[in-house]
Amino acid sequence: MRSYQNMKFLREIKLMFVRNLRQTLRSPIFIFVSLFQPLLYLFLFMPLLNNLGGVPGLPAGKTVQIFIPGLLVMMALFGSAFVGFNLIDDIRSGVIERFLVTPMSRAPILLGRVLRDALVLIAQCILITVVAIPLGLEVNLYGFLASLILYAMVAVTMASMSYSFALIYKTEDSLAPTINTITLPLSLLSGIMLPLALAPIWLQDTAKFNPFSYAVNASRALFAGNFMNTDVALGFGIMFILMFVIFFWSLNSLRKID
Amino acid sequence: MAEEFTIETKGLKKTFVSKIKGKKNEVAAVRGVDLRVKKGEIFGFLGPNGAGKSTTQKMLSTLLVPTSGFAKIAGFDLKNQQDKIRKNIGYVSQAGGTDAGATGYENLILQAQLYGIDDKTAAKNAEELVNRFQMNSFADRPAATYSGGQKRRLDVALGMTHRPQLLLLDEPTTGLDPQSRAYMWGEIKKLRDDGVTIFLTTHYMDEADKLCDTIAIIDNGAIIIQGTPVELKNSVGADLITLGFADQNISAEVKNLLTEKFQPEKIDSENNSVRFYIKDGDRALPEILRALDAAKLAAQTIALSKPSLDDVFLKYTGRSLREDK
Repeated sequence: MRSYQNMKFLREIKLMFVRNLRQTLRSPIFIFVSLFQPLLYLFLFMPLLNNLGGVPGLPAGKTVQIFIPGLLVMMALFGSAFVGFNLIDDIRSGVIERFLVTPMSRAPILLGRVLRDALVLIAQCILITVVAIPLGLEVNLYGFLASLILYAMVAVTMASMSYSFALIYKTEDSLAPTINTITLPLSLLSGIMLPLALAPIWLQDTAKFNPFSYAVNASRALFAGNFMNTDVALGFGIMFILMFVIFFWSLNSLRKID
Repeated sequence: MAEEFTIETKGLKKTFVSKIKGKKNEVAAVRGVDLRVKKGEIFGFLGPNGAGKSTTQKMLSTLLVPTSGFAKIAGFDLKNQQDKIRKNIGYVSQAGGTDAGATGYENLILQAQLYGIDDKTAAKNAEELVNRFQMNSFADRPAATYSGGQKRRLDVALGMTHRPQLLLLDEPTTGLDPQSRAYMWGEIKKLRDDGVTIFLTTHYMDEADKLCDTIAIIDNGAIIIQGTPVELKNSVGADLITLGFADQNISAEVKNLLTEKFQPEKIDSENNSVRFYIKDGDRALPEILRALDAAKLAAQTIALSKPSLDDVFLKYTGRSLREDK
């Protein structure tokens, strides 16, 4: 009986994942739009950093190495933060209610979504990295593959948060400002754009409370090929825990939907 | 043999609690509903918007947890057998629930899969439903391209995917053109003839009247009265007479005169007409006209009608169902 429940659960995750993926592939406009921003940063912002080489945290000639791993975390953070809007569409059209009235488990409704979001994000990360290689990026392959797991965890965390708010607010008007208010300080305090070594000490200390700054550090370490590293361990550990906490919060929001 | 009831509720209550500006705000949407829906009948919940119809249905479909009360649906207890209830009911919400980005077939197949049906059977099942609900001409197009009537057909097909014994329909024909409405009524009757018990909510009198075997009128979260359409209309006990006059002054004068002379059950003057309820309207009418003649008040138009469900609503709540739309 137990294994039947497990099979049912896994099948439902797959059904939801396929449905969500199909939806994304049929209107891919959002994927391209969300790629646009990182590409702009790559071509219009990164060149500025090249002349800053030699400043603390930005060794000369290596700005690309510092910038890209940060940019990928930013993509995971921002890109996944707004997926809640597509859930609001589903709530409004009655699709979520329809799913909830069937005997399906509640969690796959969200699991199928965050897995889709993680997959889309990973594809985007690979694309940006590949584009950055002719621009001078040197990346350790195994480090990069490991970092993809990290970005997936960031994506799942932010997507879950977005879905949780979507389930609570049920309208776009409240969701947008909430997400914006949360993501901006998170990204400013994580050393994504510029290394935090440039920041005054009080800012660096504040960043220690931002879980995503550890993800950025881990990302940079992995790109350099450093696996056995406290930065990597901290980054993975913190994101792993945060991901679970936020995901269970979103699951709770789903169960409590009115 | 005991009567079989597909739905039985007692004291079903739902109170929504929200915090507005720091103060706790309680809204009693459903205030203790007692229902008995017989197996195989079409049961209608008639009431204005905001009466608590949808909220009651959401409780019965396991979407909302009741604040208190008891309910037995398809033989299962609402409090601790939700999974079994879900397997045995279909629910079509007002919004419908179709996945706009997917085709009719894809919607139907996924729905079947969610009920544990294997992929191959799900595909065959979808084909059967497409035929049954005559969706062949559009089932392979994305649902976003459907007209209102087509979408509603898919909504109902989705609700019936697993052939439940009970189908809950929330405002099944709201927003539909007359043709689609008539089609939907036909489909609902066909489902009943196939043995499905149907519980629908509506704010349309004619829908409740023409379609339902039993009606419960709900207002402000409570059931006002329940019975067959004929029983409800007979309970009004009075006919409706409508007299039209040249202007508001005359109609106001007539209202006073008639109230004094005939003591009708209910009398109302609206613009240039006077509407009132009186027993045996067909006998009263000639006397009324004679009284008007004597007072030199000329009626321009006369109408006599037997009670409608709106009259039933008016009798028990003091308001017209029409006003509330």
